[in-house]
Amino acid sequence: MSVNIKEWPGTALGSKDLEEGRVLTVRHRVRAEYAWDAGVAIGRYLRELKAGRLIARRCRGCDRILLPPRMFCEECFRPTDEWVYVQDTGTVNTFSVCYVRWDVARLTEPQLPAVIHVDGASPGMGIMHLLGEVRPEDVRIGMRVKAVWKQVEEREGAITDIRYWKPIAEEVG
Amino acid sequence: MAKVAVVGAGMTRFVRRAQETGRELAWQAARMALDSAGLTLKDVDAVVIGSAPDAFDGVHMKGEYLSDGSGAWHKPCIRCFVGGATGVFAPIQGWYHIASGQFDTVLVVCEEKMSSTYPHPQGAFITIFDHTTERALGPNLLWIFALEMNRYMTVHGITKEEIALVAVKNKKNALDHPCSQLQEEVTVEDVLNSELLAWPVNRLDVSPASDGAAAVVMCAEHVAKRVSERPVWVEGVGWHLDTAYWTNRDLYYPRYVEYAARMAYEMAGIREPRKEIHIVEPYDPFDYKELHHLEGLLLCKRGEAARLTADGVTQRDGDLPVCPSGGLLGVGNPIAAAGLMKVCELFWQLRGEAGKRQVPGTPRRGLAQAWGDLMQVGTVIILGV
Ligand SMILES: [Zn+2]
Repeated sequence: MSVNIKEWPGTALGSKDLEEGRVLTVRHRVRAEYAWDAGVAIGRYLRELKAGRLIARRCRGCDRILLPPRMFCEECFRPTDEWVYVQDTGTVNTFSVCYVRWDVARLTEPQLPAVIHVDGASPGMGIMHLLGEVRPEDVRIGMRVKAVWKQVEEREGAITDIRYWKPIAEEVG
Repeated sequence: MAKVAVVGAGMTRFVRRAQETGRELAWQAARMALDSAGLTLKDVDAVVIGSAPDAFDGVHMKGEYLSDGSGAWHKPCIRCFVGGATGVFAPIQGWYHIASGQFDTVLVVCEEKMSSTYPHPQGAFITIFDHTTERALGPNLLWIFALEMNRYMTVHGITKEEIALVAVKNKKNALDHPCSQLQEEVTVEDVLNSELLAWPVNRLDVSPASDGAAAVVMCAEHVAKRVSERPVWVEGVGWHLDTAYWTNRDLYYPRYVEYAARMAYEMAGIREPRKEIHIVEPYDPFDYKELHHLEGLLLCKRGEAARLTADGVTQRDGDLPVCPSGGLLGVGNPIAAAGLMKVCELFWQLRGEAGKRQVPGTPRRGLAQAWGDLMQVGTVIILGV
């Protein structure tokens, strides 16, 4: 009974309690390494990235061009049918200006993550990537962007073979 | 289906770092829930444990780890996990354990201890992103919230000021919660001037990382009538999963919350949720999420939740009190425990036992909702007296 409870359990610690050894802790760093198989669909996706192209899969069941590509359509629950190249241009669906790294370290130069709807894929088929060559205050939802690729010899078959996406100059207004 | 009641609730204080281990926290909440129901562990037929990512605790098979503190030894036990939605899914699982006729009394315990990860629990979240197509970009959890918040704001033309009102309200409500981690009143200006983490998200738009536990005792009707003078009945439950290709759907609207809510409303026989729900505890890890979820719960039209908030409708003494507990933004966010805290709040509110937090006007029906995984699981429970 909430109103009748006078003492609520749970003892709050401050950072000093740990630093000064008033409570004891045990520390451990997990060392776990993995080699993830890229799989059939994403394996091809990565090989095409290395070649400087974006590839998707078409499902004839729902007539969608799926990006990222998959070998089965999760809606129709049937195999997808064919590989389709899509463009390396697109539209910013949403974005952020992020001053925090994944480990919560602070950044002075913000990262610009975005969801980009890629031209040639079905409407709404976006991927997560980064924006670049643009001032954070100039980024807009609906902005047209184009992939900036690494040099051929630098590419390794990874999503980072695209450095970032930059505004398409002639369309900035 | 057998009718199911909640007959007891308990929770620990939510704190940034608790001296107690996860299993000690679980025990404290579980014991309080049993005591409040006037029951002992001998009366419990089965146990449901809810806990979110193992990575926070650094303990593999956290259900097993928490099992003694949850009273699960020598009993049928299951640990459920649907990310942030776990805290409302655990009592749903308790419900179907009993509604199926298999068990009469179930103890539901949710725990999270986020302080164990160094340097910050957010570091553990990188593993939720796709290992091949996303993780190489160095994403963090703030990205996904900021991307969603920006999309939501832009589609509806909602401002950060309007959204900050949610943080102001919930942190104020939490001042009256004896377990709350944050005991600080803030203004809209405070929220807007707090550190910019990932535009449009500032520090005070976000709930804190927390340690804590919560528990409820659930019974079949014949037991509830024997052990409780004021059982609180489970009137509806719903849950739903949307695509995990989160960049392939429009983030501005949580369809999966709507589908979970529709399932719960149908079971509860609710046709006009705005009139028939008297208290709402939607999941509010970020302030905009409360608005997003109110819309998904069909408690207002899309894009209108900000206006309800500005008009005071969602205040504790408003026409539709939202997060009278103080929510995750105020009480704290030990993931699974935070969701179950909302169910505890409904239990206390509907029995008129919420003290300074009591919603006026003898509310008879409340809804709690949580949300999780890769932003695509909705869980909903409706309780009534
Ligand atoms: Zn299809």
